[in-house]
Amino acid sequence: MSWRPSCQLAALRLRADILAATRCFFAERSVLEVETPLLSYSTATDLHLASVSAQVDLPHQQGSKQMFLQTSPEFAMKRLLAAGSGAIYQTTKSFRNGESGIRHNPEFTMLEWYRPGFSLSELMSEVADYLSVVAKLDKPDVITYQQAFLQYLNIDPHRADEQTLFQLAKQKTGISGDGLSRDDCLDLLLTHCIESKLGCEKPVFMIEYPASQASLANIKEIDGIKLAQRFELYANGLELANGYDELIDADEQLHRFKADNKARKLDGLPEIPIDHHLIEALKSGLIKCSGVALGMDRLQMVIQKTSSIDDVIAFPVGRA
Amino acid sequence: MANYSTNEFKSGVKVMLEGDPCAMLEVEFVKPGKGQAFSRVKLRNLRTGRVWERTFKSGESLEGADVIELDMEYLYSDGEFWHFMLTDGSFEQYGADETAVGDCKLWLKEQVVYAVTLYNGAPLSVTPPNFVDLEVVETDPGLKGDTAQGGTKPATLSTGAVVNVPLFVNIGEVLKLDTRTGEYVSRAKG
Repeated sequence: MSWRPSCQLAALRLRADILAATRCFFAERSVLEVETPLLSYSTATDLHLASVSAQVDLPHQQGSKQMFLQTSPEFAMKRLLAAGSGAIYQTTKSFRNGESGIRHNPEFTMLEWYRPGFSLSELMSEVADYLSVVAKLDKPDVITYQQAFLQYLNIDPHRADEQTLFQLAKQKTGISGDGLSRDDCLDLLLTHCIESKLGCEKPVFMIEYPASQASLANIKEIDGIKLAQRFELYANGLELANGYDELIDADEQLHRFKADNKARKLDGLPEIPIDHHLIEALKSGLIKCSGVALGMDRLQMVIQKTSSIDDVIAFPVGRA
Repeated sequence: MANYSTNEFKSGVKVMLEGDPCAMLEVEFVKPGKGQAFSRVKLRNLRTGRVWERTFKSGESLEGADVIELDMEYLYSDGEFWHFMLTDGSFEQYGADETAVGDCKLWLKEQVVYAVTLYNGAPLSVTPPNFVDLEVVETDPGLKGDTAQGGTKPATLSTGAVVNVPLFVNIGEVLKLDTRTGEYVSRAKG
């Protein structure tokens, strides 16, 4: 019976309500709804993000072009911001190759929005409003990455040496083999020992990630430690959203893209064509802004109180 | 044996881990947003029966284990080996040693069919059916009219297993037992 949807029809109605409430929320706040391409000539360069690539033929052009299905609409939305769009949002499909499981589907729905002039904490408070209006969730608590590691593992993630982190990761997760980077160990400890405990009574924002996990966020130094100015939102042990105090420095952005590609090469992964449109857009000037991506399927999982993504989408990859 | 890489992991796959054959029970894909992906796996060690939790980095691989599970009828014990016979008509026999038989020893009855796990062609473990019928060989005399009280007493079965039974049960009666919990279920029918 795999022609049938994996979710109940009630889940489809709930999704429609969430989307309608989302449009209403942003309309009231005069945030402009936009659309950006799913297919692009460049894509995310992150070491652990894989894009689905496609060969695209165009008339009057020799040979196929390699294009990528977007892992998020981030780059294109920042180009709109640089062009003077003002506050914008969209709900769109994003694609992540190789990701499938009880909480992952290679194609998923993302709500992404940007607020020029907002600090990270102003954006967090808007995310809290959104959660309250759309999902009737409580106002989230705030915990730092460091506090979470101290509380659940009694270890300082910023100061512990690599060997200590590796031993702890090994002991806590039974991981085999070596070749784990510092960030791999932190990710393991986070996913295996901390995540499931986050946001169980009410949602929680985790802030101040290690600078090595900044991706497209600004970095600032606090007490001699470089910290990424970003947050993740957790509810019921589920990671729901990822927000940045956005990097607007074109040179630093170009440097990070190149560093990512270097790391990819070392790992035997294909290099990603750098998005020069984005670099040019940043060069032309982007005012300070904050942005967030929120997984709509995961949000619905929290509202429906289910642990499986198959319960909130009609045709997960197995039935697509 | 073939190797299994993390993207071939799924429940039922049998692999070698730390020298022991293991069967995967649950496989979960774990990945923080932009971090490294892992496979979190629950495995049953087929030698000890213990459940292990292990995590593997995406792309790692494990050697497959030469393990098969077959239905076999229990024949007899010669004191050192417990002998089983395939039910597929081949009449092929296998001798399982004490470690392979393990706790199943308490539930072994001739002509009953058991699931025997073979590793490299030799019995590694024996799993009893969920329910077996066994005769009581020793217990205190039964008490009439006490069926509603719900009291119990120990009874020794033909295999040597000792289980708690209702007070009305007598020597020579055949009982239905749940092998997973080691508990009395009812008197055997027919």
